[in-house]
Amino acid sequence: MDLSYSDEQKQIKEGVERFVREQYAFDTRRKIAGSEKGWLPENWAKFAELGWLGMSFSEADGGFGGGAIETMIAMEAFGSGLVLEPYLPTVVMGGGLLAAGGSAAQKEALLAPMIAGEKQFAVAYVEKQARFNLADVAVVAKKDGAGYAISGHKGVVYNAASADTIFVTARTSGGQRDEKGITVFAVDAKSAGITRRDYPTQDALRASELTFDNVKVGADSVVGKVDDGHALFEGVIDRSIVALCAEAVGCMDAINKATLEYIKTRKQFGVPIGKFQVLQHRMVDCFTNAQEARSMTLMAALKIDDADATVRKKAASGAKVQIGKSGKFCGQSAVQMHGGMGVTDELSVSHYFKRLTMIETLFGNQQHHLSRYANLSVAA
Amino acid sequence: MDLALSAEDRAFADEVRAFARANLSPATIAKTRSGRHYDRDDHLAWQRALGKRGWHVYTWPKKYGGPGWSVTQRFLFENVLAEEGAPRILPFGPKMVGPVIYTFGNEEQKRRFLPDIVTSNILWCQGYSEPGSGSDLASLRTRAVRDGDHYVVNGQKTWTSAAHWADWIFCLVRTDTDAKPQEGISFLLIDMKSPGITVKPIIMLDGAHHVNDVFFDNVRVPAVNLIGKEGEGWTYAKFLLANERLGIAEVAASKRGVQGLRDIARAELADDGGKLIDDMGFREKIADLDLQLSALEMSELRALSTMQLGGAPGPEVSILKIRGSEIQQRIAELACEAVGNYAMPYQPELLFRDSNESPIGPAHAVPAAARYLNMRKTSIYGGTNEIQKNVISKMVLGL
Ligand SMILES: Cc1cc2nc3c(=O)[nH]c(=O)nc-3n(C[C@H](O)[C@H](O)[C@H](O)COP(=O)(O)OP(=O)(O)OC[C@H]3O[C@@H](n4cnc5c(N)ncnc54)[C@H](O)[C@@H]3O)c2cc1C
Repeated sequence: MDLSYSDEQKQIKEGVERFVREQYAFDTRRKIAGSEKGWLPENWAKFAELGWLGMSFSEADGGFGGGAIETMIAMEAFGSGLVLEPYLPTVVMGGGLLAAGGSAAQKEALLAPMIAGEKQFAVAYVEKQARFNLADVAVVAKKDGAGYAISGHKGVVYNAASADTIFVTARTSGGQRDEKGITVFAVDAKSAGITRRDYPTQDALRASELTFDNVKVGADSVVGKVDDGHALFEGVIDRSIVALCAEAVGCMDAINKATLEYIKTRKQFGVPIGKFQVLQHRMVDCFTNAQEARSMTLMAALKIDDADATVRKKAASGAKVQIGKSGKFCGQSAVQMHGGMGVTDELSVSHYFKRLTMIETLFGNQQHHLSRYANLSVAA
Repeated sequence: MDLALSAEDRAFADEVRAFARANLSPATIAKTRSGRHYDRDDHLAWQRALGKRGWHVYTWPKKYGGPGWSVTQRFLFENVLAEEGAPRILPFGPKMVGPVIYTFGNEEQKRRFLPDIVTSNILWCQGYSEPGSGSDLASLRTRAVRDGDHYVVNGQKTWTSAAHWADWIFCLVRTDTDAKPQEGISFLLIDMKSPGITVKPIIMLDGAHHVNDVFFDNVRVPAVNLIGKEGEGWTYAKFLLANERLGIAEVAASKRGVQGLRDIARAELADDGGKLIDDMGFREKIADLDLQLSALEMSELRALSTMQLGGAPGPEVSILKIRGSEIQQRIAELACEAVGNYAMPYQPELLFRDSNESPIGPAHAVPAAARYLNMRKTSIYGGTNEIQKNVISKMVLGL
């Protein structure tokens, strides 16, 4: 067992942390959030140049041979600065689908340019009626000549407005909640029949509602196997969960740091409020929560490639439960300990709190993952 | 002792309901139901209608223009109005400064200020907190210096709710810098139109504008606007805080909130495609909340009934503030949980403006996250929950 970073990993960590420190001051972030795309193309170019877009992919896939740990390192640093660039949808989710299920041709056409910083991705899977059930897919892909025609509605698709390719889960056979019969498609974002309604999210990211109206795609747009997309997709979401957990760990460290600093400097009754024992204990609980979150995330990152799918699923769900709990505790506590300042838009604390709140919901909330973990534990 | 309502009580509730239905505008009710924020006119129209009926100051004794209701009537009034979708009555006039004026003010002040509170003709705001004085309110520094028959006020108040709507502000000011902190404070009524007052908005984490910074630059305030004696403002301030803490348990609104939560759970689907309300885990979370609310409601009724018998609200009302705020937060938290992925879209036009843009997800999801975030304020304002616990441990438990 060895829980220390390699030299290369340390270098990555320092690099991403430096980027956040130098390019993501809170005021700068506010400007980026308000810019046209909601993220900066020059930052993305830098990510490509520094190898961050390819570092978690195998060399065979045109990457640099890293994996979940490298993703974790980057996401944690991004979380600490509330970075807005669409790393999660493009690299982790879209790139992850291609790496796990893409054909050689798809990897060449999509993954390679993504790693070079030339393509953006979005993943359309949320459906209104499905809640967090990935197998509940009502969007249909009907056989249409040699290819398929996709119809239906997908919601809360992050980065859709900036994406060149949208990965879509669609039903090619079976009943609405069957795992069998789901197929993943790589769809050109400019295809005829896609209507988008774009909007900002609570945490200053960009998402869209997408309507697919008889969108024609070729047979070569299927990622993985027809009807067998569920396992592929679930695996990628599990990996994305670990990445998201790492982002949350970064958020928690940052919000705890800001709060610690605040209670050391804010004075009431003639003393720094950090002198009050009730705040000391709460701060200790924040620290403990962040430590637990870090531990569960690291464990999940180390287990996420396990050959046994149950081990992988439990690791992802376990970490997600912890992140939900810890994120809520740290977020609410930070706001509370800041008093009135905590509920203003002005300080960064409320922005970390918002991101942590959305992270708790993304890919399934605590309740969903607790059930999943509980069921897997009984089944095993 | 008896929990049952008498025939007269039921008739009273019917009367209140009929009044609400006749006087609440459909647009205002729609805002309540959809979680949109009210504007000044929504509040004013409703409060003035109540005022005409003598119900705006529903907690006041008859002597000062109130209805002199029993605890039961107050309870029914609050519950019926919440059920009918009425906006909260802004507390600054009727629940805060009004009782201070009729308890500690002189006859001239009562004549001058009370009628406009009874009718809701003018709106008040509360100038207590300052940037350096939140929990430690007694350290406040806004200075009032006597100059002939005026005070000259300089300083800054912050977190002032509704200052951008208000006609008048009641302020705690320092009139003596040599005395002990609590002894140099006075209670002053100030016209918001006075030269030298500047109001600047503070934007909340959900984008809402309710609170403000209020700056005073050589503001001349007639000395006749001083309540009671100079230097005794702290006594009046504490009297007001006890009333404030009693008023912000928001039991009736929370009952409506729990109902609303059940409605959302009926409309939302669980992971298995069934209704969320049929998911035992979620159903029990609502039940647990419902039970906490019952305990709070009964505790509030007990406190009110003590007051009815002539007792003053004691330090134990801090318990109501603590639990009341936690319950409001929990309702918002569960609503946010219930709407799942559709907590994520941010639609300020639908929260703060009269836009007819269509909601991105279900309509009930639009305010869910914003409300959850915003409700964190309830354990901060009116004295933080930590401060309330300090009060209880010191004043009630003697620790
Ligand atoms: C939405 C909103 C509306 C408001 N409206 C008004 C208004 O209309 N008028 C008005 O005058 N004020 C208003 N306030 C101000 C409110 O009363 C203060 O925010 C509150 O008293 C806390 O003060 P503070 O924000 O300075 O926090 P601080 O006092 O700085 O507190 C920061 C943290 O330290 C803790 N703390 C402080 N002292 C102690 C202690 N002795 N022991 C343990 N913990 C301690 C607090 O509990 C809190 O967690 C409003 C506030 C909000 C958020």
